[in-house]
This record gives sequence, structure tokens and C-alpha cells, in this order.
Amino acid sequence: MSAVLKMPPSARANLPGHRVLLGTERKLRLDCGLDLGPFALAYQTYGRLNAAKTNCILVCHALTGDQFVAEEHPVTGKAGWWATMVGPGRPLDTNKYFILCANVLSGCMGTAGPMEIDPATGRPYGLNFPVITVADMVRSQKMLIDHLGIRKLFCATGGSMGGMQALQWASSYPDNVSCVVPIASAARHSAQNIAFHEVGRQAIMADPDWCGGDYLSQGKRPHRGLAVARMAAHITYLSEAALHRKFGRALQDRANVTYGFDADFQVESYLRYQGSTFVDRFDANSYLYITRAMDYFDLAAEHGGVLANAFKDTKVRFCLVSFTSDWLFPTKESRAIVHALNAAMANVSFVEIETDKGHDAFLLDEPELDKVLTGFLDGCAEHAGLNDRKA
Amino acid sequence: MPLDRAGFTDQPIRVDLQVIADMIQPGSRVLDIGCGDGALLDYLVNFKQVDGRGIELSQKGVNACVGHGLSVIQGDADTDLKDYPSGAFDYAVLSQTLQATRDPRMVLEQLVRIGRRAVVSFPNFGCWKVRVHLMRWGTMPVTMALPEKWYATPNIHLCTILDFVELCRELDIFIERGMVFMAGGRVRPIHSKRVANFTGEQGLFLLQRRTK
Repeated sequence: MSAVLKMPPSARANLPGHRVLLGTERKLRLDCGLDLGPFALAYQTYGRLNAAKTNCILVCHALTGDQFVAEEHPVTGKAGWWATMVGPGRPLDTNKYFILCANVLSGCMGTAGPMEIDPATGRPYGLNFPVITVADMVRSQKMLIDHLGIRKLFCATGGSMGGMQALQWASSYPDNVSCVVPIASAARHSAQNIAFHEVGRQAIMADPDWCGGDYLSQGKRPHRGLAVARMAAHITYLSEAALHRKFGRALQDRANVTYGFDADFQVESYLRYQGSTFVDRFDANSYLYITRAMDYFDLAAEHGGVLANAFKDTKVRFCLVSFTSDWLFPTKESRAIVHALNAAMANVSFVEIETDKGHDAFLLDEPELDKVLTGFLDGCAEHAGLNDRKA
Repeated sequence: MPLDRAGFTDQPIRVDLQVIADMIQPGSRVLDIGCGDGALLDYLVNFKQVDGRGIELSQKGVNACVGHGLSVIQGDADTDLKDYPSGAFDYAVLSQTLQATRDPRMVLEQLVRIGRRAVVSFPNFGCWKVRVHLMRWGTMPVTMALPEKWYATPNIHLCTILDFVELCRELDIFIERGMVFMAGGRVRPIHSKRVANFTGEQGLFLLQRRTK
């Protein structure tokens, strides 16, 4: 059974890292029109902020990620989701940069979200929590860096939804970030991706234990629905080639098929495992909220349908990365951003990395990605005068 | 001491790239189309303080460039020039790439649109060596400037210097300077088109769109 989800909000406040109450003086005006505040934002940091506060890299996590980027996860005990990328001597070098990552709004790792207690009712928010957008997430992150006294981020980066946040940073706060690295991302969620998310949400809502979103008050958990949502989503994170390479048609601990509906195939067993472990660390309502935020993301729509207008006269440096086998956020999505940035005369780099690992490639060990990121950040650090200041 | 950013420092760049680099005013905005491993771009950024951008088709070239801190995108002269605003760059450089594009005419028009000046170099199919090879052997010429066999070459739109000059005339493009590379890397300004077309292994042109 779930470790973190059983914790009362007060115990989640004792997770490693930091938790700050924001929006105490001025509330956060959300895209949906409601005001949020005061609200908690849980975050984690690695490395040291320099005296001038100019070496901060904001890492933005993806749909099911959290702030535990580069340390043993307090719930699962597994390595941080970007431990390959963040650390001493790694591309996001903690000897050089101050790495900051906050759990997104409507998340379930200590930041304000549907599982927190609504002060108005004394019960978990559930579906009474306001619907959040990617821009709202970024607004809350801006409040966080203001709170930390950081005027300008050196870099904002992340994969998938993290990349959406990085793009939103460049668009909303171009004077407060030097460079952004959106990886395996897009300027809008495609119809196909919205469709996949809807399948996941329907699986959760079809679980009787979801209780119309009020499961926490009723002492229940829609584990079956959430596990199915995760299983379906997990397939979209891989590629056909990677699935075949990993599992083929291999059978699970048996010599022959059983003529039943047990997990005969290794791939079935693997997916079931992915689903069952996910429910221990993630909240079903958070899953609904965050998938919705991604669905609503459309950076061009905010700018008269012309993406280039989102980056007009920008001084921000961009590095976009896509992966050849990623069919969830395919290269053409990154290329569309590159074309818009060219039209806006932005300083942009773009690489497509050859891999069969699908969308998940951004989380895995990809030496080519390391090399590109290191080189890009070095170039930007030099341009931003970060190297001189350090020396 | 220049920074060792792209690992090219202390190594002289190719002669033809050096000639192009010498044409470019320090501190200008440059787009290098088909920038390869970024040798020219790196030189321009480090020695001429240009605001340099690159486009390169090969993934290997792009990754090497970006890994060395250059601003380069994976892309294609045929498809990726149309997005840039007119006059976006002081120079649009197309070195040894025009003959490999699908639509050289359109590419040339785009070059002089997005660059206030364009620098274009290409292997000259009118060179005497090519003519002799074809005359003597009757097979597709393989020379220093055209090293691949016909079935392996990326060069699908080869032309002579005369062909190129004619296309510029058709497109109302003004040739500000013209040069040829001879065997052994010697560079000569073009005085006579016909002589240059016979002697030059490569042509190099500084172009401008005629203002009407």
C-alpha cells in the first residue's frame, strides 16, 4: 500500500527538501480566473547558489516526476529521475550550478494540490481544487525564485511537460531566464496526446473507488483505475522497437501460454508492475489535474495563433532536443518551435538524437544528450559571463 | 588567445573557408547554411566576433557544433530558409552546398532575401579537368573538387560558373565579387567569366539582391 499517500499533509511536510508558503501577501491569479493563496510549494535543491545568485538552473519535472531529481526517492527508494543528468561533473553540474526543482502545482509531493486539505472545509480538496495550467505552474515557480532572491535564472530545462514549462518561462518571463532547454517537448499538446490522456482519466474515473474524486475523505483509493492509466501511458513513452528489444514475445516464468488471462507475456507482467508501483507514489486526482494542464497547453493560442509572437525580440537562448523514436512528442513538434524561433530571430540550437528508446529517452542514459547539453550550457555560461564571475 | 571552444583553435581552417571568412565584416550577423562540423562558424565567432548561427543536415555535424557551444539547428537549405525574416542576417553563407540542394534557384533567392549579402561557393563543372576527364574517359568526372563517384555523390545540381552567373542575371542578383580557386588552393579574382569557367575548380561569389 501507498506510503506517501497515507501520510497526512503535515507528514508530507516532512519529506526531504524544502516547503515554502507562497501567495501570502498577494495571491496567485490562475488562468481559470480563481486566486490561489496562500499555497505550499515543495522544492529541492542541489549545488550552491553563488553570491550573485546567477547560477540557478530550474529543472521542471514531467507529468509523474517530482522535485527529487538527483537523490534516492523518499517513497520508492529508487534513484532520482534525472540522477544521470544532475550531479558533480554531470551536464547539470552541481559543482558549477545551483539546481532547483519544485513539485508542480496540483502535484502530490508536498505542493498544493487536490490531496491537500481545503482550509474552507477541513477535508481534502479533491475536485474542488482549481484547474491548473502550465502557465500557472510557471507563475508559481517565478514566485519561488522571487522568494529565493533570484532575479534571473541561468537556465530552465526539462523533458516533456518539463519542456513545456521551459518554453513557457521563455515566453512569460524572457527577462528572467538566460537560456532554456526544452527536451522531447512541444508548443502544444496534440489531439493524439489529448486522446491518450483522456483514456487515462476515464480509467481513473471509471474506478468505483474514485468516488467522484472524493476517495480520500472516504478512505478509498482508485488504484485499479490509476494503474490502468499508467499502463496505457507507459506504452506511449516507449517505442515499438524498444518494447520488442526488451520483451519480444517472451513468456513470463512459463514454457507455454496458459489459455487464460493471466500475464502470460513478459510485456504484460512488466506493465502490470509499472501500474502497481505507480499507485504507491502518485495520487489519482493529481494525475487528472496535471494531464489536464498539459492538454490545455498551446503557446501559440495565447499569441494570436502565431507561435513566433510568443518569442518576439527574445534574448533567451534556446536549445531544443528531440529523439528519433519519440512518437508522443515527435521531432516535428520541436521543429515547429525551431521554425517559429527562426522567424523571431531567436538564438536557437536544435538537435535530433538517434535512439530507439522513445519518449523516455530523455530520462535514460543518452551520451549524445549529455554532450549536447554540456556544450550548450558551457556556451551560454560563457555568454552570460558566468565563468568569469566564478573565477 | 582565442578560446578552444570547438577544438579548432591553432588549426588553420580550410583555404576556401578562410577566403570566405576574410570577406565577412567583424561583428556582423552570419547564417552558415550547411555548416558541417562548424569550422567556419567557430572561426567567425572566435576571431571575428560575429553573431553566428548554423544550419546543418547531418545529425553528427549538428551534435558536434552544439556540443561545442555553437548555435546550430538540424535542418535543410531547401526547407528551413523560408522562416527567417528578410534581411535577418548581414551574411548568408552557403559553402559547397548549392549543388546538393533540390531547388538551387529557390535557395539562391532565399539567400539574398534573408542575408543583406550572400556568400556562395560551389565546385565548377566547367573546369578544364572535368572537361578533359569527360573527353578522355567518357565517364562522370572524379576530381579533387568532386571526389565521389556518380552513384555516391550528394551533388544533384552541378553547374558551371557560366551557368551560375546566368542564373544570377535571371534572378536579378548583383555579383559584388567573384573568385575562383585553382589547383593547389590558389585564389584568383574573376576578370573574364570564360577564363574563370575554364581554369577554376571552385567558384566563390559575394552576392546582393538588386534593390529596385
